[in-house]
Amino acid sequence: METLTQEKLAEKFQAKIDADIKIEPNDWMPDTYRKTLIRQISQHAHSEIVGMLPEGNWITRAPSLRRKAVLLAKVQDEAGHGLYLYSATETLGVSREDTIDDLHSGKVKYSSIFNYPTLTWADIGAIGWLVDGAAIMNQVALCRTSYGPYARAMVKICKEESFHQRQGYEIMTTLMNGTEAQREMAQDAMNRFWWPSLMMFGPSDAESKHTEQSMRWRIKRHTNDELRQSFVDASVPQAELIGLKIPDPNLKWNEARGHYDFGAIDWEEFWQVVGGNGPCNKERIEARVKAKEEGEWVREAAMAYAKKHKS
Amino acid sequence: MSTNEWPLWEVFIRSKQGLNHKHVGSLRAADAEMALQNARDVYTRRSEGISIWVVQSALITASDPADSEAYFEPSDSKVYRHPTFYDLPDGIEHM
Amino acid sequence: MEHTYKFLLRIGDDSLILGQRLAELCGHGPILEEDIALTNISLDLIGQATNIYTYAAQLEGKGRDADALAFLRLEHQYLNAILVEQPNGNFADTLVRQFFFDVYRKLLFEQLLTSTDEQVAAIAEKSLKETRYHLKHSSEWVIRLGDGTELSKERAQFAILDLWRYTEELFYMDETEIQLAKAGVIPNLQDLKPLWMEHVLSILNIATLKLPENQGFFGAGRQGRHSEYMGFLLAQLQYMQRVYPNMQW
Repeated sequence: METLTQEKLAEKFQAKIDADIKIEPNDWMPDTYRKTLIRQISQHAHSEIVGMLPEGNWITRAPSLRRKAVLLAKVQDEAGHGLYLYSATETLGVSREDTIDDLHSGKVKYSSIFNYPTLTWADIGAIGWLVDGAAIMNQVALCRTSYGPYARAMVKICKEESFHQRQGYEIMTTLMNGTEAQREMAQDAMNRFWWPSLMMFGPSDAESKHTEQSMRWRIKRHTNDELRQSFVDASVPQAELIGLKIPDPNLKWNEARGHYDFGAIDWEEFWQVVGGNGPCNKERIEARVKAKEEGEWVREAAMAYAKKHKS
Repeated sequence: MSTNEWPLWEVFIRSKQGLNHKHVGSLRAADAEMALQNARDVYTRRSEGISIWVVQSALITASDPADSEAYFEPSDSKVYRHPTFYDLPDGIEHM
Repeated sequence: MEHTYKFLLRIGDDSLILGQRLAELCGHGPILEEDIALTNISLDLIGQATNIYTYAAQLEGKGRDADALAFLRLEHQYLNAILVEQPNGNFADTLVRQFFFDVYRKLLFEQLLTSTDEQVAAIAEKSLKETRYHLKHSSEWVIRLGDGTELSKERAQFAILDLWRYTEELFYMDETEIQLAKAGVIPNLQDLKPLWMEHVLSILNIATLKLPENQGFFGAGRQGRHSEYMGFLLAQLQYMQRVYPNMQW
């Protein structure tokens, strides 16, 4: 069989993308497509795993048996989602262990929202409602991403996450229907998590270095700013319904655009947190490294046993 | 890659009696028994299944995408394998 | 009635406190798959605690609910065995603790299936299915660790020596259990002990691990006298209910 030139292969590849035919693991793909996917999916996987920590912080202190079970199940789901995503990166030829090492060495980032501390129980509500809400906006869009294993992982994740946002909003609603102390707790969480949630969509389109190519490859299907706007439009009425104030004096409905206008995001803060200067960056990575190091002998033991008893 | 990394397994689940096992994803496990249990814990948290198969990923032989035309296109022209290829006289609706 | 209530607290507290201990590990397991597995066990135990407390609260008839029993008692009013409040330690400590407990709970629930108290029997039926899986999981890990590497064997053996003293308490009987056993609500717990020992030994043999010789026993958790660890565990468990009393969450 005649070998196709790189150029021809690239052309065929883009034609497939344009026809919305999914790319599968062993298909030919440009090196940069593979690298972009590895970066994006592993960042996404790390975000799920590191994201377990701020919420996990409240499992032992959850205020009722029901809330404890719900929170455990939710954080457990995140472990599952990280696992699905690591599996997707493995189809691109990188092992989970190497991917995780890149997280621990700081080579690959995770969503900077998880560098903020969870200080009160209301933060668990705010994370479920806002942070998961923002994540879901992204993830729903990614169900149609061009790489098959990533798209399939996202479909599964979206299905499972549908309860996450609801349980967060339910916590916030309960607090807002509660005592003065509970309402204050809820508003305080809102004040701290609103802006970082908006930052979750990443830099504005003008600043985002990866957006254009990723859109052409249909890895991304919407721009950061489009998704951010959808999130604001969806969240404002939800906040109003239960009496929470959005901490943004410039927020108002724009009839002509059919969207909410909102104030400028403090990108300086965003870059500081991404750059490692957030309130919990160090603790998050330390916790992950500790789990890996303390688990080393366990993983070794299981392998040693399996080798001894290979039938 | 460290040699202690557990091997990768592919997981297949029968969602209910009467259906085939279907590939749902993969996971890591040191041995087959652990792979089954991990599959139960990872992939059936929401009652997705009643039976699980696991197989080490390394043991799967897959067709090469480069061969896909040679493999699969020849059957496209064998339209006579499909019932719609055949004409039925009026008056016979189902056969 | 009063005896059944007390017995329910004893087994409900076992579930809650061990569930709480395992919940501490969520997000910190040795590998993702095992993290998920341990969380499943924690979830099962918290579910069991909820069912058991719900029935206990009904028997008590003082208008308290399952949450009130779980979160609003004083330390000496918790009646779990001291084994389950022991810290997670390393993975071998966690899994050996789990294994000792799972064998006991499986035997207990099997017997409770024929309890003369139908609600107790129903709770046992649901919990037994979960417990059988927990036991499978913990037994296999004890075997892997015991027959794995030198280091894992050493750690598993150390965990056994360390936790052994708390196992006798699982079969503790006072007036409560004696009366309930007479009434056929529960089995004679002392009869479970040889079965427990037999099962534990069979797994430890495969795991090439040993039981301690001539070691004594300790534990008064069933009477509400706990280890120093318990207060800290409860401080976290009860934090919200204590700091913000009488609120809905």
